Amino acid sequence: MMQDNIDTDQIIPSREMKTVGRTGLADGLFAGWRYKTTTDRTPDPAFVLNQREYSGTSILVAGENFGCGSSREHAVWALAEYGIRAIIAPSFGAIFQGNCPRNGIAPIVLAGEDVTWLAAQLPGDVSIDLPTQTVSCADHQFRFELDGFAKRLLIEGLDPIALTLKSATQIAAYQAADCEQRPWLYID
Amino acid sequence: MPTAQTLFDKLWAQHVVASDKDGDLIAIDRIMLHERTGGVALKSLNEAGYTVQSPARVFAIMDHVVSFKTDRGRDDSRAPGGDVFITQTRAMANGAGIRLIDTDDARQGIVHVVAPELGIALPGLSIVCPDSHTCSLGALGALAWGIGSSEAEHAMVTGTLRMKRPPQMRIRVSGALQSGVTAKDLVLHLIARYGAAGGQRSAIEFSGEVVEAMDIEARLTLCNLAVEFSAFTAIIAPDETLLAGLRGKPFAPGENDWAAATDKWSELKTDVDARFDHEIELDASNVRPTVSWGTSPEHSGPIDQPIPADGDPRALAYMGLAPGDRLTELYIQGAFIGSCTNGRLSDLRAAAAILRGSKVAPGVRAVCVPGSQAVRRAAEAEGIDEVFKAAGFEWGAPGCAMCFYAGGETFAPGARVISSTNRNFEGRQGPGVRTHLASPATVAASAIAGRIACAGQGNT
Repeated sequence: MMQDNIDTDQIIPSREMKTVGRTGLADGLFAGWRYKTTTDRTPDPAFVLNQREYSGTSILVAGENFGCGSSREHAVWALAEYGIRAIIAPSFGAIFQGNCPRNGIAPIVLAGEDVTWLAAQLPGDVSIDLPTQTVSCADHQFRFELDGFAKRLLIEGLDPIALTLKSATQIAAYQAADCEQRPWLYID
Repeated sequence: MPTAQTLFDKLWAQHVVASDKDGDLIAIDRIMLHERTGGVALKSLNEAGYTVQSPARVFAIMDHVVSFKTDRGRDDSRAPGGDVFITQTRAMANGAGIRLIDTDDARQGIVHVVAPELGIALPGLSIVCPDSHTCSLGALGALAWGIGSSEAEHAMVTGTLRMKRPPQMRIRVSGALQSGVTAKDLVLHLIARYGAAGGQRSAIEFSGEVVEAMDIEARLTLCNLAVEFSAFTAIIAPDETLLAGLRGKPFAPGENDWAAATDKWSELKTDVDARFDHEIELDASNVRPTVSWGTSPEHSGPIDQPIPADGDPRALAYMGLAPGDRLTELYIQGAFIGSCTNGRLSDLRAAAAILRGSKVAPGVRAVCVPGSQAVRRAAEAEGIDEVFKAAGFEWGAPGCAMCFYAGGETFAPGARVISSTNRNFEGRQGPGVRTHLASPATVAASAIAGRIACAGQGNT
């Protein structure tokens, strides 16, 4: 999906967010592109994920600024439920990129020319090794940066809230000191 | 001598609770929620058995899918099934003991319009909301950014978020905006020039004489579109213009705290020698009324220029356009004024000044939805609603309304709509709907002309 600026409205149109929850969203993934019309849900054969050689993929290769736009985490939930485990792009929308590792999707940033090269090898086998931060395809390997916290979320399946609650004493101390400095913000 | 700091450095340092090799634990002062993405955060918090750490500092406001009919009932939604988002968010907000501004509350409106009105957003505060346009609130000198629902849950339970410090960018705007050119035109011009990824996930400080001369509502518009520029957020240093407007607001510091608060806020500015990762200098004098022609805000240009020869073919195909076409020759079927971008009183005044004594062209459905109940009341007190209605506009009840399609009523597929909103993505305002982003003045002038037109030059 090599066009730039694929926004979260395309990944999951708002009309496909039907319940207050995180599930039941895969059917609405890329709904505007994936189906023939809004009422006729026959797959549109022109859409990449409907083509046999790409069906069942767990990796997306995309253009610049993938996941820009709305903060809706539903975009990531829909991708995860569909089976996507990693997205390779030259850059991501910031909120989308933060949402990915919390939901088991690795947002992988490679140089634009490397992403273009990878896309040209498709359909084909691409593999990703998180511990060594490496994307492999044919005889090429690309190393990528991944921040430490995102890596722990992805590899250890860390619960970020439980982790932060271990710092509850520090948080309480911060708030007590801050309340002395900025009492006006501690409204009740 | 201490190292020179940016405004962002100071805001960040104020909120660091702890640090490790992976980043900082940042204290969160205000959490805003709305029914579309906030309800699900409250739901998962409940399911996990967590409680909200500081309920008094969490605000839930109904805006995204509320009906914009003026006779709406308490649970009425503009989207099929949207009533469930309203009723479940209400029940969970009440259960969590957080502050709720409900559909029938006199303070209701779009979260980013309401937060400044009530003093929920203040200089120096860290503010998050599971909504990408939270960056608007940086106009008040706050560190405000959009997050996901999982992060909203994290912030509610712990009072903090785990963050990696973003890079920093300064955008200095010099010169002066020409008459009829607004903050909206300026920011569309910026995005068109540097691209939708041009903000490089930075915390952007807007400064310079043009920004200093802007009123707070214009600054909110400028910061609102920072997310369309791929910024982490935008901020503007607090000044006298801002402080004068904040005093006395319901959640602003009271008279007892006012002097101490303003004293602290006076430190919120970038030191002379502070360094940024990126710098952009913009001359506002060259900016023309700007309108989008494609499906990303970066596909924008001066209203009187032809669509560029290298315009994105996919975007042009969706929009039914070709390189060389002229925006001012395009007939429209819809016009919308509202949203967190341009749904405040100054926006409605600017549009009304153009609409007064004129009629919307035949075949154009024109809708105005004030950004909040306070905006609606103030506009009605000035007779602005009557100007809109006499011109043939529908006058709606506050909410996000037609800024985005959530199912339900919208413009027809293929309809060309000029809109004071923030996103012209494929299908954003409805399947097949072709959105052109513009300032409220340009939307009003276009509604009258029946085609895209510049204010003051209705027939060009």
